Amino acid sequence: MSGDLTVLLIDDCPERVGLLKDTLSESGYHVVAVVEPGLDLYRVFARYEPDIVIVDMDSPDRDTFEHMRSISSSNPRPIVMFASDDDQATIKRAVASGVSAYVVDNLSTRRVRPVIDAAIARFEQFQSLRTELDAARTSLEERKIIEKAKGVLMQRKNLDEPAAYRAMQKMAMDRNCKLVDLAKSLIAAAELLT
Amino acid sequence: MTDNNDKTNDKSDGQSVRPIPDKIDRGRRRFISRGGVVLGATGLNAVVGNAPASTRAPAIRSRNTQLRLGFLPLTDSASLVVAAELGIFARYGLDVELIKEASWATIRDKVAYGALDAAQMLAGQPLAVELGIAPVKEPMQTSFSLDLNGNGITLGRALCEAVETHHPGWLDGEPPTADALKLEVEARRERHEKPLRFAMVSPFSRHNYELRYWLAAAGIDPDKDIDLVVVPPVQMVNHLGEGGIDGFCVGEPWNSIAVRSGIGCQVISSYEIWNNGPEKVLGTTREFARRNPETLRLVHMALIEASQWIDDVENRQQVAEIIAAPRYVNAPPSVVAITLNGHYARARNGQQQSLSDFTVFSRYAANFPWRSHGAWFVTQMYRWGQIEESVNIRSIVESVYRPDPYRHAAAELGHPYPLLDYKPEGTHSSVWQLKSASENIDMGPDRFFDDKRFDPGALVDYIRSFDLNHMKVSLAELETQNV
Repeated sequence: MSGDLTVLLIDDCPERVGLLKDTLSESGYHVVAVVEPGLDLYRVFARYEPDIVIVDMDSPDRDTFEHMRSISSSNPRPIVMFASDDDQATIKRAVASGVSAYVVDNLSTRRVRPVIDAAIARFEQFQSLRTELDAARTSLEERKIIEKAKGVLMQRKNLDEPAAYRAMQKMAMDRNCKLVDLAKSLIAAAELLT
Repeated sequence: MTDNNDKTNDKSDGQSVRPIPDKIDRGRRRFISRGGVVLGATGLNAVVGNAPASTRAPAIRSRNTQLRLGFLPLTDSASLVVAAELGIFARYGLDVELIKEASWATIRDKVAYGALDAAQMLAGQPLAVELGIAPVKEPMQTSFSLDLNGNGITLGRALCEAVETHHPGWLDGEPPTADALKLEVEARRERHEKPLRFAMVSPFSRHNYELRYWLAAAGIDPDKDIDLVVVPPVQMVNHLGEGGIDGFCVGEPWNSIAVRSGIGCQVISSYEIWNNGPEKVLGTTREFARRNPETLRLVHMALIEASQWIDDVENRQQVAEIIAAPRYVNAPPSVVAITLNGHYARARNGQQQSLSDFTVFSRYAANFPWRSHGAWFVTQMYRWGQIEESVNIRSIVESVYRPDPYRHAAAELGHPYPLLDYKPEGTHSSVWQLKSASENIDMGPDRFFDDKRFDPGALVDYIRSFDLNHMKVSLAELETQNV
């Protein structure tokens, strides 16, 4: 299925690009380069002559590929964006997951599709991973702040831990704010008073 | 999202004010009364003044229309940023999320597929989509020009010095031509050295066309005599410093940053190549504009206000500080302020000179989407072989450039607007008055540095007038499409 297609990956997120590279290599694609931003992409492109380029949509390098596409005279292998394909649903998914792709002009959609699908799947997977990580990190941060505020309250009001926690909960409810926001203002107030 | 069925959170708290008067007075300046406060073209400055507008002006709309607007970290995203930061969008009931993007391609795709509702765009982008020469097909349009001028051409120090040896004082010309640069291009060819490498930001950018225009006027063929590449604006200065490129054409603040860091010398500005030529636009899909005329009108009104505020010299320092923030342009405020304050460090012993029109945001009817400006871009696309089919240029431009929504927004604000869609260029070398307008408008000079004239009624003749070109269609064929 993969034939001898060569794929160029442009993404400055090492974990994500690693995931995708492994997937594509296992499926028999030739992954030629994982390019750092800011390199001379014209030379990279001329050297590897990739069939497909997968670019992180947040990469500023996309405009460079758009240019390569428009200078077909000086480039023997013009590239077009996958978006010229009629499959709107795939394109929407690609945009939503942050993938853009360029393929050489004469490749059939059938041959390109598995690479695009793999890229979209990996980007989506990474997106949800990152969302989970962010959520975990946030809740850890929040817990630390709440703990600290609780400590302040225990010390100042001479309360035990459950009582301090209940007091904070009540205050948050009365003020209609999140527990973490209340904790922050408690800490700030304590700092002001010391 | 549509006007009829959008995520509207009506805060029915009794303060809701009737949003917009139904009738538009197309006559002379009209003061619009909202909730007892008078807003008008002159009243606007009094209301906005030097303090954030939100602290002085009352809310005129209470409904909360959510919008996602894209921008690139450049000085000419200022009106979007200022409208958000000063609460101008909010006063129009717009809950705007500004999203910083990394490339023009991504801006275009996200607008096309609805991930953004509207965005700062290169003027050539919606036209390229209409012409079928961009990778997306979703039709786009613009009713709002964000600014005039604003770019510059900067050469690396080494190249600047090399050119100086051919022609000492070449930059003292008014404005400088690329004639002396041509001597260096030829000298390199004789020495069998690699051609010079220049960068711009996108094939459909004004940067591409103005760099080509300036080079070609001196007989330098941008497709044969030099190597022309695309480099993202944020990477320009690094590439120049590392010798990957010899010069570039980019928007601010990147020229000023190259000059300030001693890496490059700026040789000419957009203004000097074409006085008050068009730069970025606010682009949307045609579908979004069709479904949300009311929302778009409010966006235009907010941007007209923001642009007026930005154009007041008194506010320019503050504009620089607002847009320089990391989440926007992310550059030192003192450098962003240089061209905003009307200074321009053209290499003449590093001396700054005064150029108050370096970037124009509001005056000279800067926000009006002139169809003639759109037509000029298409002539350059033909000139440089980007279009391979003969089309009727006016009909393409008229699908993309839609002045009426702008006029409606301006009328509601009592802000004067042009009644014409087309105007010639290259015919005024000083400020003049546009009389075909809701009221007379002071217009800026519109001269090209080579004194050429652009007549929007004779587009094919204009294209024909360029000896140096890489046309891919025959002029005769183009003529039959454009009678």
